[in-house]
Amino acid sequence: MKIDASKPLEYSTEENSNKIFGFWVFLGAEIPLFATLFTVYFVMVDRFASGPSGAEIFEIGPVLISTFLLLTSSFTIGLAVHAMRLGYKKAMMFFMGITLLMGLGFIGIEIEEFLTYVHEGATLQTSGFLSSLFVLLGTHGAHVSFGFLWGVVIMIQLWRQGITPANANKTFIFSLFWHFLDVVWIFIFSFVYLKGLM
Amino acid sequence: MDLEKFKVHGEPLIYGAMISIALATIGILVGLTYFKKWGYLWREWLTTVDHKKIGIMYILAALLMLFRGGVDALMMRLQTAAPEMKFLDAQHYNEVFTTHGLIMILFMAMPFIIGLMNVIIPLQIGARDVAFPRLNAVSFWLFFMGAMLLNISFVVGGSPDAGWSAYFPLASIEFSPTVGNNYYSLALQISGIGTLITGVNFIVTILKMRAPGMTLMKMPMFTWSVLITNIIIVFAFPVLTVALALMMFDRLFGSQFFTMANGGMDMLWANLFWVWGHPEVYIVILPAFGIYSEIIATFSKKNLYGYKSMVFSMVIISLLSFLVWAHHFYTMGQGVMVNSFFSITTMAIAVPTGVKIFNWLFTLRKGRITFTTPMLYTLAFIPIFTIGGVTGVMLAMASADYQYHNTMFLVAHFHYVLIPGAVFAVIAGFHYWFPKVFGFRLNERLGKHAFWWIIISFNVTFFPMFFLGLMGMTRRMYTYSEETGFGPLNMLSFVGALGLAIGFVILVYNIYWSTRYMPRDTTGDPWDARTLEWATPSPIPAYNFAIVPKVKSLDPFWESKQKNVPLYEDKITKIHLPNNTGKPFILGVIFFFLGFFLVFSMWIPAVVAGIGVLIMLGAMSFDRDEGFYVSAKEVEATEKKLRGETV
Ligand code: HEM
Ligand SMILES: [Cu+2]
Repeated sequence: MKIDASKPLEYSTEENSNKIFGFWVFLGAEIPLFATLFTVYFVMVDRFASGPSGAEIFEIGPVLISTFLLLTSSFTIGLAVHAMRLGYKKAMMFFMGITLLMGLGFIGIEIEEFLTYVHEGATLQTSGFLSSLFVLLGTHGAHVSFGFLWGVVIMIQLWRQGITPANANKTFIFSLFWHFLDVVWIFIFSFVYLKGLM
Repeated sequence: MDLEKFKVHGEPLIYGAMISIALATIGILVGLTYFKKWGYLWREWLTTVDHKKIGIMYILAALLMLFRGGVDALMMRLQTAAPEMKFLDAQHYNEVFTTHGLIMILFMAMPFIIGLMNVIIPLQIGARDVAFPRLNAVSFWLFFMGAMLLNISFVVGGSPDAGWSAYFPLASIEFSPTVGNNYYSLALQISGIGTLITGVNFIVTILKMRAPGMTLMKMPMFTWSVLITNIIIVFAFPVLTVALALMMFDRLFGSQFFTMANGGMDMLWANLFWVWGHPEVYIVILPAFGIYSEIIATFSKKNLYGYKSMVFSMVIISLLSFLVWAHHFYTMGQGVMVNSFFSITTMAIAVPTGVKIFNWLFTLRKGRITFTTPMLYTLAFIPIFTIGGVTGVMLAMASADYQYHNTMFLVAHFHYVLIPGAVFAVIAGFHYWFPKVFGFRLNERLGKHAFWWIIISFNVTFFPMFFLGLMGMTRRMYTYSEETGFGPLNMLSFVGALGLAIGFVILVYNIYWSTRYMPRDTTGDPWDARTLEWATPSPIPAYNFAIVPKVKSLDPFWESKQKNVPLYEDKITKIHLPNNTGKPFILGVIFFFLGFFLVFSMWIPAVVAGIGVLIMLGAMSFDRDEGFYVSAKEVEATEKKLRGETV
């Protein structure tokens, strides 16, 4: 494996830089995925049949907390990558750990939110609007949960092997994924919750 | 548990299918054990990450599916050959045309093309492998398991029966209460994920792994077509992913996306399906254009005419392909403005397509043409595809389409585009590249026999359908009365279908015959061709190129032959290759079970399988493949042996 020392570790082999490029292409596919889900949501947003509308069930409090958690975690994963570039393994693991914990907090709030909805009688089966809401939020939440597991797997490898080119590469790609989820969340926050509450 | 729902009832035909599937499976298992081939199968195929072997497996699977889809087609043609036939009942006819369409497009045409793309693309760009060899294996196994899942539906639980487009509300649990459309949503989902990964893999491969000197505008046309196709895949398949997921939620969990009550919207499905579905047509046709371009250039001994306009028109086609989807449902009430818009975009596609047709004709002009089997398919493609295209423009006119919509005219049209546009192309490509992969040509005489059978029978089968459509015969109609007068033309079409079957039998026999009797080709370049894949010895060694070539022009291999300039400037050094791995296969098997359990709403096993998928993904993340090296000496010896020199 040829290592090019002039480049950051995560880009240092041809395989590594291909992986990063490949992940960008993959994110390119995630855009139409979420775009389709948003489109479905917008088509469905007024079709609440006999069920509640968004304004009736959304609560801004928990949403603000989860927004705060996710946005901050995007910052801490940035710090982790920064620490990685400097070669500080402990700091890197620390920031990654924080990131994942906030991700976990986010998932917890989302589950709580879903349970409340169901409790209030707003289920997946109730209306077209609620189906599309649950699936849009759920897909994002599933991405965050998957990201959580993925992050744990990467942290185990970092802990065992240190900051190798391969691990740096994985962490960097993970950070791209995490930022992307943040961007999607900003859209959800604005166009689902804020617009719904207006 | 309720065993009833696994059973499919009635029909001797179904029992026949069950018995033949069981016998074939037992035969394969016994054969493998008897000839002690389990180890070989595992080591050389199930665990391989070599793009050529993966490509071969794709093509084998595609041929198998061509057989399955072809048998479906024959059954349909037999059932409609005469009025009031009693061969299939309405339900089975529904299942058969649905699986026929699904299998032909998703599990025959697409994998055949992806197979050729796997074998050829790294060679054409002078690379040693694709960008992500292991992911490539994952793609294949996901596709394969998805295909198997759909195929078992016929005998376990019942097949999807709402057409390959599965329109709602027909495909909803209310109107299609069997598990058939559960299979639809899960089998397509699994193989679709595989295809999406292929898309990512090949975009990176083509953009990042080209040999030094091969700029974008020096790429062979097939490579260009595959690049554009994969970009379409990456943008179109996520829409299918969502559509299928919503379908699954509606059918399995009672959500209200496409329902008629509680705020659901059935037309949402039709829109989502065709937003993916029309680009899908181009996913199978654009690479075919690439294949024909290579073949025409090679057998006319000329540069492709209008290279740049060829590339440009493919880009235009790919953009337009996302803007025409509503032409599939002009009659479903979206109003004049919308119909006009989609009518115009659809007709606009004819322009870049026409440009390509003329470029091919101009390439032929004054060329030194040799009429080999691949070239014959190419030459037949041009007029037949043009008929398909012209009838397509007829259908594109929204007001006129009220007359043709959902008649046999439409069925004739899309077979006139898909069969020359995709099937002839993969057959031509198969004949053309076969010697590269296996080291000998297919027999030309048998090849031409098959060609004439296929071409003539194709027209006999499908041309009458234009008239049937104009006479008012609707599609997906399982029988009709004597008085309609549809009988004679349908009988003619059935005869044609038999002829097609004979043609395909000859084609397959040719593979068998040639394997036994054709002489080995030691030149590596049996057609006197132009692009880099022919610079390697045949059959291609695992590492592809002993030395990475230096590209200076379009058609570098041709240039190097004509002007006697060397392609290779470096010396042979040791070559790095990835190790095999069994994980993609195991992942595929787990996905198969996950799909199966979900189809039958068996929640606990499904959760277990889902966890299995996560565990496998984790395990693959932990994998650390250092690969291995082939020494320079070994490379030299292999090269000599393949070139027919004694070592
Ligand atoms: C090999 C000879 C073939 C024959 C004889 C044949 C015959 C037929 C017939 C009779 C139908 C209409 C069924 C009906 O509406 O009642 C049909 C539908 C269809 N065929 Fe083929 N076909 C062949 C090959 C192909 C190929 C190669 C493809 C695609 C690459 C294809 C794609 C389709 C599709 C998408 C449908 C629509 C299915 C539906 O209505 O849901 N066929 N075929
Ligand atoms: Cu279309």
